[in-house]
Amino acid sequence: MLRGFPSSFASLLLSGLLAAVAAAQDAPLVFFGARIEPVDGPVIEQGVLVVVGGRIVAVGPASTPRPEGAIAIDCAGKTIVPGLVCSHSHIGSVAGADGSGPIQPEVRALDGINPRDPGIQKAQAGGITAVNIMPGSGHLLSGQTLYCKLRDVRTVEELAIRNEDGSVAGGIKMANGTNPQRDAPFPGTRGKAAALMRAQLHRARDHQQKLAAAKDDPSKTPERNLGLEALVEVLEKKRVVHHHTHRQDDILTVLRLQQEFGFRCVLHHVSEGWLAAKEIAAANVPCSVIVIDSPGGKLEAANLSLQTGAILDAAGVLVGFHTDDGITDSRLFLRSAALAVRAGMPRDKALAALTIANARMLDLQDRIGTLTVGKDADFVVLSGDPFSVYTRVEQTWVEGNKVFDLADPQDRLFADGGFGASDDQSVSLCCYGQQGGQ
Amino acid sequence: MRALLRLAPLAAAWLAACEALHGGGGVATAPQTPAASAAAPAPAVVTPTGGVGATAPASPPTFAVFAAELWTMAGAPIRDGVVLVRDGKIAAVGPVADVDVPDGTPARRAAVVTPGLIDAHATVGLSGVLNVPHDQDMLERSAPVQPELRALDAYNARDPLVGWLRGFGVTTAHTGHGPGALVAGQTMVVKLHGRSADADVVKSLAMLAVTLGEGGRSAGNKSPGTRAKSVAMLREHLQKAREHAQKRAKDPNAPVDLALDAAAKALDREVPLLVTAHRALDLQSALRVGKEFGVDVVLDGAAEAYELLPEIQAAGCWVLPHPAMARASGELKNGTMALPKLLATAGVPFALQSGYEAYVPKTRVVLFEAGVAVGRGLSPEQALRALTVDAARLLRIDDRVGSLVVGKDADLALFDGDPFEYTTHCVGTVIDGLQYGVGAPR
Repeated sequence: MLRGFPSSFASLLLSGLLAAVAAAQDAPLVFFGARIEPVDGPVIEQGVLVVVGGRIVAVGPASTPRPEGAIAIDCAGKTIVPGLVCSHSHIGSVAGADGSGPIQPEVRALDGINPRDPGIQKAQAGGITAVNIMPGSGHLLSGQTLYCKLRDVRTVEELAIRNEDGSVAGGIKMANGTNPQRDAPFPGTRGKAAALMRAQLHRARDHQQKLAAAKDDPSKTPERNLGLEALVEVLEKKRVVHHHTHRQDDILTVLRLQQEFGFRCVLHHVSEGWLAAKEIAAANVPCSVIVIDSPGGKLEAANLSLQTGAILDAAGVLVGFHTDDGITDSRLFLRSAALAVRAGMPRDKALAALTIANARMLDLQDRIGTLTVGKDADFVVLSGDPFSVYTRVEQTWVEGNKVFDLADPQDRLFADGGFGASDDQSVSLCCYGQQGGQ
Repeated sequence: MRALLRLAPLAAAWLAACEALHGGGGVATAPQTPAASAAAPAPAVVTPTGGVGATAPASPPTFAVFAAELWTMAGAPIRDGVVLVRDGKIAAVGPVADVDVPDGTPARRAAVVTPGLIDAHATVGLSGVLNVPHDQDMLERSAPVQPELRALDAYNARDPLVGWLRGFGVTTAHTGHGPGALVAGQTMVVKLHGRSADADVVKSLAMLAVTLGEGGRSAGNKSPGTRAKSVAMLREHLQKAREHAQKRAKDPNAPVDLALDAAAKALDREVPLLVTAHRALDLQSALRVGKEFGVDVVLDGAAEAYELLPEIQAAGCWVLPHPAMARASGELKNGTMALPKLLATAGVPFALQSGYEAYVPKTRVVLFEAGVAVGRGLSPEQALRALTVDAARLLRIDDRVGSLVVGKDADLALFDGDPFEYTTHCVGTVIDGLQYGVGAPR
């Protein structure tokens, strides 16, 4: 649904500085000599990647024709993979719903993201180019999420990925299990949690029916209700539910709710997903899995397994990984998939789980997630094997613009840490494009 | 160790040859579901004959461990090495050609074998897996200064996280009271058999856990409420302990005071103060107190230690850098994953730790933290030293563990490749000559 929308955000640009950056992309860029793992097909040794106007125009072997006047970038010895897509993150110091109630669908992450948060630079340093920024899990429904491109930006609007109609793209965040349990009006038990959510979805269904009955007659149109409108989008499958859930019974409760109301859903974390693989596969619901170094820390994660990704994948479930940043560090996102490989997941599936699988969960599969001609030029230059501890993210590119370079001392500060690495950043960190994309 | 990766086919052929020579005899770990490993990671002892017992056999068996790459940490790594284990000790170690392994000796083999890893600072066994009040014994909040709290009385050897760590090659841990109070209590050194504190203890009193900075403040209006008050209270306690010790030296009938007696052990330099602090000013305070009272200080966490390298060097302090993956927020906001490398470059002695976690992961895995430090520039050999010989030296247990030397405890970690690589598995651990499986594939 996003295909055809201008991938460059040039149309949004007001600043002369950023316009210069956009103009710099006009020179074609040719990355040559790398091992390219395009994810949509076999690995290409000594491959060539050609970028024009922020899009991929060619991916192929060394013999791939190069456009005239292109800037050639030698990537011998490097590995190029698609930009990583994180389907669940809390960077941007995002906050959604407040303590007044358990269900707040009118709240938007868009209005609570700080684009100067260093978490954004750190995510770029980890090779992440697109991310689903979500409010937290302390509510049954904590608000609307925001799908972002990690461009170097001045405003949150420039981070946002947009739908064809110009609206910002995003899902909605729900949670069950222990995190949303508190004193009333929050639920105190699982049964109450499900009842509250079902009641709210019924209200949304009523609202949807009233809207449908009114058609274009303003006299019959129900009063506007921002929360119910967001939930109507959920019922109409326009807005995906991103559902935090850990324990096997909680996972099955989500599937029950999903079947009752017919919304589209991604299961997140799924610590006990390995105990519900059959049911999840049968429901054809994708899983965004968190990889944590040990079980426990909370009751519902006591049976966490590092094999979850491998088991769900083998059962036929679409599997992605996420950082849940700050639970795990965006700079080590590749590590999550590497640990899954360690636990038995095929390498190609593990790389897909960082890229195209997550893109699918965000309805962005036509635009990002693989190195495919026509897609956005979002990619990562690695020093070696994506799943080796010795490999560094050397460069991250978004829509043909370099947004991270390990050779740059300021960027290296974000990559490793150090004095000032966690302070809010100035907006002037957007300079690579001025040097012809390098 | 990276060389191993290039030699992988050779190692595989070598392993096949060993298999042919020595026949079976290896340890068969029963396939387990994730449930078996996560819900109830059985601390079962797997004997060389493949039997699984709930308790350790009366006397540890004799067996040999062959390694394509044997890191003894007492000399250069050995290509094609073997360790002969007898009575829980290392009976022989060296190149295969030089070690006489009696016929019929049960054999295990692995691509890489190292000394059992030492987690130089953890709270495992006190900060339990469920993270509910009843299994969190690393911090007593009733008073700010309680050095009399013994780790031995709080360590739950049966907590599932003990077995979890053992599954990653960790055989010894320095664990005990955690950060969060000015003086939270004592720490101990324990082998990760998972039997009981008394059966597994190596050293019942290792250090006194002190926290400076924001992390050591008391809640509400209770003291200490500021940095300066924290230091004043610590100095006061040490001063009283000194006076009390003098009194007891003169008068054998002077009353026992557990809190002052414990602190007196720091004044005698019998144990160091383990000072958890991150900001540079708090690290300086720790050094200042150490100098004033002549106590040994180990800097724990030390996120901004890179700002004070000359001062730390001058004080001769050991540093336990925070886990490489510790979250860079709060007092760690200026932390860097490269801290171990920076310490190594400056020649500051250090060991690696899993630290304390309040949430998830409930325990970090020191092998993983070392891996990330290696990914940020620490050499694999330096990392392995920090996990073995150097940690043993810091904990003053190097007469027993940390290197593969005849007569030392038979503590081994077996890997199927470079131990620091994300995709490498620990395929077994040996503690005091007892062999442990690693649970489910993970």
